Parts: sequence; C-alpha cells; structure tokens
Amino acid sequence: MAGNAVVSVQHLNKVYQSGTRRVEAIGDLNFDVEAGDFTCIVGPSGAGKTTLLKCLSGLLAPTSGAILVNGHAVAGPPAEMAVVFQEYGRSLFPWKTVRENIELPLREKKIAKAERTRLVDDALAAVALAGAGDSYPWQLSGGMQQRVAIARAVAYQPKVMVLDEPFAAVDAQTRADLEDLMLRLWSELDLTVIFVTHDIDEAVYLGHRVLVLSSSPTRILDDVRVDIPAPRNQATTRIEPQFAELRTRIYRGIQEAKSAARATKEPIKG
Amino acid sequence: MARRLNSISGFLLLGIVWEAAPRLGLADPRFFPPFSALVVELFKLAGTEEFWAYLASTIRTWAIGLTVATAAGVVAGLVIGLVPGARKYTHSTIEFLRPIPSVALIPGVILIFGSRYQSGVVLITYAAFWQVLLQMLYGLGDVDAVARDTARSFRFSTTGFIVHVAWPTLLPFLFTGIRLAASIALVLAVTAEMVIGSFGIGRGIVVAQSSDAIPTMYALVIVTGLMGVAINIAARAIEKRVLRWHPSVRNAIAA
Amino acid sequence: MGRVAAMILRGAAVEFALPLALFVLLFVASANSSNFYFPPLAKVLERFDALWLGQRFVGDVLPSLGRLIGGYLIACLAGVAIGVPIGMFRPLRQAAEPVLEFFRAIPPPALIPVLVMLAGFGDTMKVAVIVTGSIWPILLNTVEGVRSVDLVLDETCRTYQIRGASRLWHFVLPSASPQIVVGMRVGLSIGIILMVISEMFAATNGLGAAIIVFQRSFEIPEMWSGVLMLGLFGFALSLAFRLFERRTLKWYYGMRDLERRS
Repeated sequence: MAGNAVVSVQHLNKVYQSGTRRVEAIGDLNFDVEAGDFTCIVGPSGAGKTTLLKCLSGLLAPTSGAILVNGHAVAGPPAEMAVVFQEYGRSLFPWKTVRENIELPLREKKIAKAERTRLVDDALAAVALAGAGDSYPWQLSGGMQQRVAIARAVAYQPKVMVLDEPFAAVDAQTRADLEDLMLRLWSELDLTVIFVTHDIDEAVYLGHRVLVLSSSPTRILDDVRVDIPAPRNQATTRIEPQFAELRTRIYRGIQEAKSAARATKEPIKG
Repeated sequence: MARRLNSISGFLLLGIVWEAAPRLGLADPRFFPPFSALVVELFKLAGTEEFWAYLASTIRTWAIGLTVATAAGVVAGLVIGLVPGARKYTHSTIEFLRPIPSVALIPGVILIFGSRYQSGVVLITYAAFWQVLLQMLYGLGDVDAVARDTARSFRFSTTGFIVHVAWPTLLPFLFTGIRLAASIALVLAVTAEMVIGSFGIGRGIVVAQSSDAIPTMYALVIVTGLMGVAINIAARAIEKRVLRWHPSVRNAIAA
Repeated sequence: MGRVAAMILRGAAVEFALPLALFVLLFVASANSSNFYFPPLAKVLERFDALWLGQRFVGDVLPSLGRLIGGYLIACLAGVAIGVPIGMFRPLRQAAEPVLEFFRAIPPPALIPVLVMLAGFGDTMKVAVIVTGSIWPILLNTVEGVRSVDLVLDETCRTYQIRGASRLWHFVLPSASPQIVVGMRVGLSIGIILMVISEMFAATNGLGAAIIVFQRSFEIPEMWSGVLMLGLFGFALSLAFRLFERRTLKWYYGMRDLERRS
C-alpha cells in the first residue's frame, strides 16, 4: 500500500451466486486512492460500478480480496467514510428537517451540541442552503435535496467521501451547478473523493484521475491522469483540447470493453 | 424446508407450554386445562348434535348478514359514487355514522327481534356495510382518476368503459371490502349470540363458562378461531383467483 | 371578502345539508309516534338532555371512557413493543406469524367468558377485553410497518453508523409510524365496540351497561338517548384521533399532499 493511500483496493473479487447461476461481477480489481485526490470511476452499465461501490462502502462483503481504509480492512461500513447516494429523495429522512438530517450522524459520533450546530451551519453555508435548515427535505427541489445529502456528508468530516452517480437524477443545469459545488468543496475542504458516474464528460471535468472499468468480470481497463489546468469551469474547461483527448480515449476504451463483453457473452455456469 | 418447520414451531411451543404449565402446577388447571384435554373435548363436541346445530346457526346468521351487507354496500356505493354531487353531500353523514359502533343497535334489535337470528343479521349488516361501502367509494374514486386519463385518449363507449375500465378497477376494492366485511360479520354474529342470547356458538361459550364446563368453553373458542382463519384463507384464495390477471392488488392491512 | 364568506357558507351548507334534512325528517316522522319502541325524537332529545348532560355523564360516561383509554393505551404499547421485534427479525416472524393469525381470527367477544372466568365481572375484565381485541390490528400493522423499511435509508443508516437503539428511534419507528397509526385507528374502533359489549355483558356501570339496563326495564326513550350518547361518544373519539393523527404524521401528510399536487 502506497504511503499516502487512504483507500486501498486489493484483488477485489465479487461473485453473485443464486442457485446454479453464478455471475462474477468483479474479477480482480486493484487500485489505491491517495489522500486529497479526486478519483472518478466510469464504466459501461453492468460494469459492476454499484457492486464496487457497495464493497468500498462496506455495505457488501467481497467474495475475496480486501479493501483497506486508512490502513484497516473494511468489515462493515467504515466510520471514516461518508456516502452520497443517487436516490437523494430516499436517503434523507422525511420526518426530520434538513438541519436534523445533517445533525443525526454527528449525534451518533457523540459530538457536543455547540460543535454540532457549528458543523451543521457551516455545511449548509458551504452548499448554499443556509436558509433551508428548518424545511423538510420533500419541500425542496431535487437539486437542493442532493445538496442536503452532500452537506450531511461534509458535516460528518469523513476521511473519504464516496458518491454514487449522485447527479444522474437531476436535470442538466442543476447537474452543472452541483458539479461545480463538488469541485469547490473538494478544494476548500481538502477532501478525498471517490466519484462513480456513467457520464464520461462529468468524470473528466471533475476528476484528477479517472479509472475506467471493463464489463463484468470487472477489472481496471485504464487509469487516466487528468492534468487539465486549474481552475476548472463549465464554460472553458470542456472545450480544452486535452479535455477532448481524454474524453475520446476513455470513450474508446469503454466501447472496446462493451464489444469484448458482447463477444464473450455467456454467464459462467456451475 | 426450514421455513416450513419454523412456521409450525410457534404452535408447537404454544402447545407444549399449554400442556406442561397446568400439569406442573404453574397454571391453575381449573382455569387452564392442559392442551390435550381441549383437543379431546373438541373431538367429543364434534360427535354431538348440539355442536353442529350451534355451528350451523352461526354460519347461517353470518352468511345472510354478509350477503345483505354486501348488496347494500355495492348499491349504496354505486349511487353515492356515481351520482354527481352525492359524494360531497353524504360525506358528513357518513363520517358521523361510521364511528357509531354497531353494538349501539343491540337494544333496538332486541326490542324488535328478541333473540331470533334476525338480530344478529341486522347487527352484521350495519357493521359490515360500512366496509363494503368505503371500499366501493375508494374504488370508484380510482375509476374516476383512471377514466380521466384513459377514456379520453381511447374514446371508449359507455359499455366499453364499464367493462374494460370501471369494473376491473373496482374489483380489487370490492374484494377487499368483502374480505373485511366477512371478518367483521363473524365478530358480530358471535356478539349477538353472546349478548342477546341468540342460538349459536357464542351462546354455547357463555353457557359452558357459566356451567363451569371449562374445557368445552375453550374448545368452542378454538372453533371460532378456526372459523375466522377459514374465512380469511377462503377470502384471500378467492381474491387471488379472481384477481389473478389484475396488475395491481391492493394491500389493506386491517384487523 | 364577500367571496370568501360565500365560499365558506357554501361549504358549510354542503356539509350540513343532508344531516340536517335527515334530522328534520326523523323529527317530523316520529313526532306523533305512539309506537312504544320508537318514541318521538323530541322525547328522546329531552331525555338526553335530562340524563346525559348531568349526573350520568360522570357516573357512566367517564368510567366507560376511563376503561377504554386504559385498555387502548395498553394495547398500543404492547402492540408496538411486541410488533417491533417480530417485524425486525425474520425467523421470529416466521415462527410467530401463524400463531398470531390464529389468535387474531378469534372474535374478541368470544374471549369474554374466558376473561370473566379469570377476572370476574369488574373493571379488570373489561379493560382486559379491550386489550385482547385492540391489540391485534396494532400489532399486525406494526409488524408490517417495521418490515417494509426503505432500503436506501437503511444503507444510509449503515454508512453513517446509526445502529441499535438510535436506528430504532430515528429510523425504524418513524418509518413505520404511518402504518402503525392505521392499526391504531382500527384498534380504537374495536376498543369502543368491546367496551360496550363488555359493559352490556357485565352490566355494572358505564355507557353500555346503562343502555342495556334501560332496555331491560323498558325505559325506551331513555334507552335511545343512551344510544345517541354512544354515537356522539364514538364520533368525538374519532375526531380526537384524527387530530392526533394529523399532528404525529404531519410530515407524512405534507409529503403526500406535495406528491399529489405534482
């Protein structure tokens, strides 16, 4: 494990077995995530992105291999990790206000009241929802709800923030705003982010490193360093020549992965 | 397999405790005869004419009451649901009458019918009617919504609408209503027998208790439980059969 | 201003039109009644005023109410307390469910003689009868509500280390509460019915007892006035419950109203 790696995935393998059907979702995955890095993970649908994410966040146990967070093996959801789910509507408690939603994990951590209030206020300000504390999540728009979920993750002060296609269910304009929010939070708060997405453009725009997954059994197809000059913004970054190059490279990789999958399309029986 | 075993483990445990506790003196055997004694009594009862007379009477009252309640509920439901404006005018009356417990009718019914089976039928009808009516209204409300969306785009004729849209939408609600009504009907049949003294299992239980025939009392209680279970199972089976082809089967959890 | 007033008046008119009409009809139709069993409505109302708005309220209605509330609260607490573990642990549920299905199929009045045998004819028996009847819908709905918790919320709890008692209090119970409240509503109606039945069966004091005693001594207008009181009793309790429901499930109704509008 490299010196600065916050997350280390080693020979991760996940097989789903039901009756006689055996599906190897993840073949052999190896990668490290350094502290402070913004790593995006892309892949074709069915590439086991969700499985990888569930193993990473300790929600699913791997069949073999190990995931280390901060040096210790993951045996259940690690306390140093915060997850932002795709279905924001279902991941916020509808019977709690926005403020109470953000505060709940902090209460679990036994943080004192004054400190909790400060963290919640700071998090709400960071996602530009300072006035929404006393609303209920369902009173807010989709984009705002996702910002609440992000605020909750931020207030939690995790070592690693994992996001599972968080902007897939919002409209394009809101998505652009949320992407910029992520970038801002990442740089201001010096977070380590693992961001799973199916959107290649988004991956290149946000990530400083993009991992391209193959179809199942999933392995790493490509590991791309994104050195587009900072600062990034929606208007200019996407028309940088480097952006297009990286984008094309990743796109081609995924297309090859898909046709390779089609060629060898048979579930392993037995 | 394990699941099947687990399902009966609850009964097994109950049977064992019920058998052991009175025998070991943990429970007073006068009040809690051992389970085996109850089973024996059940079989004895099944050999008596009186038991079957009781059972037939209860079932008759139940069946008549349920039929009348269903018919009344369907008719009232159709009238209130379909006549424009009827729903909002009747809303307050329904909301006021609904919480009135059917048992409030007991004295009235005693005056008119005494302890004849008609007393039970009236009580059942009053209580079960609401279940059917409410479900009909819910169903017609849904039909309303579906009608607005589909009929316009498909331009159904009136008969076409009733056959293809209204009836299928209404059916699950109607069945839920009948199922709930059937349970309530049993409760009120037994109630009439106990409080008014009509002939039937309910009266049998009271008689057994007051003449200290405790195993008989428990055996008859078990019989009512079995009747309740049989009604539930039959209702759900019929519902499943008739609604097999229906895309949405409503889930109503009520007692 | 005039338009709002007109709207309210129109709304009230619709609400009260039919009940008022029925009342007047009944009043007029029974006015000259010489039928012993169905006296004039006017007489019944007069008896109602004489009896139920005074001494009898304290002597009969309050004891009935007390027994009902006592039994009902016990049923709610026990129903939820038993329903939560059954709902949360599948093996427990598989073992318990058939037994529970059987016991809840027993018509509650059938258990009255058993409880009389155990507890006599007093208050304890009546409260026990109410509990044995009301507990079932509450318990079964609790089981159902606890079972069907949202998967994404569950994963959220796991990732943010919300476990054990916290998970129960902040997640499971609020999530199940709409379903539990449905059970509580049914349980309340059943409780009222059983309160009356137990009082008619063992007529010591109470609303049911008063009604049946009037009937047995052929004091017919008094009997009907008691029935009227019972109707109001049931109606008032259902209103009270609705208020409680609106308050506790404020978030749920808010959410649903929003969905319905969109």
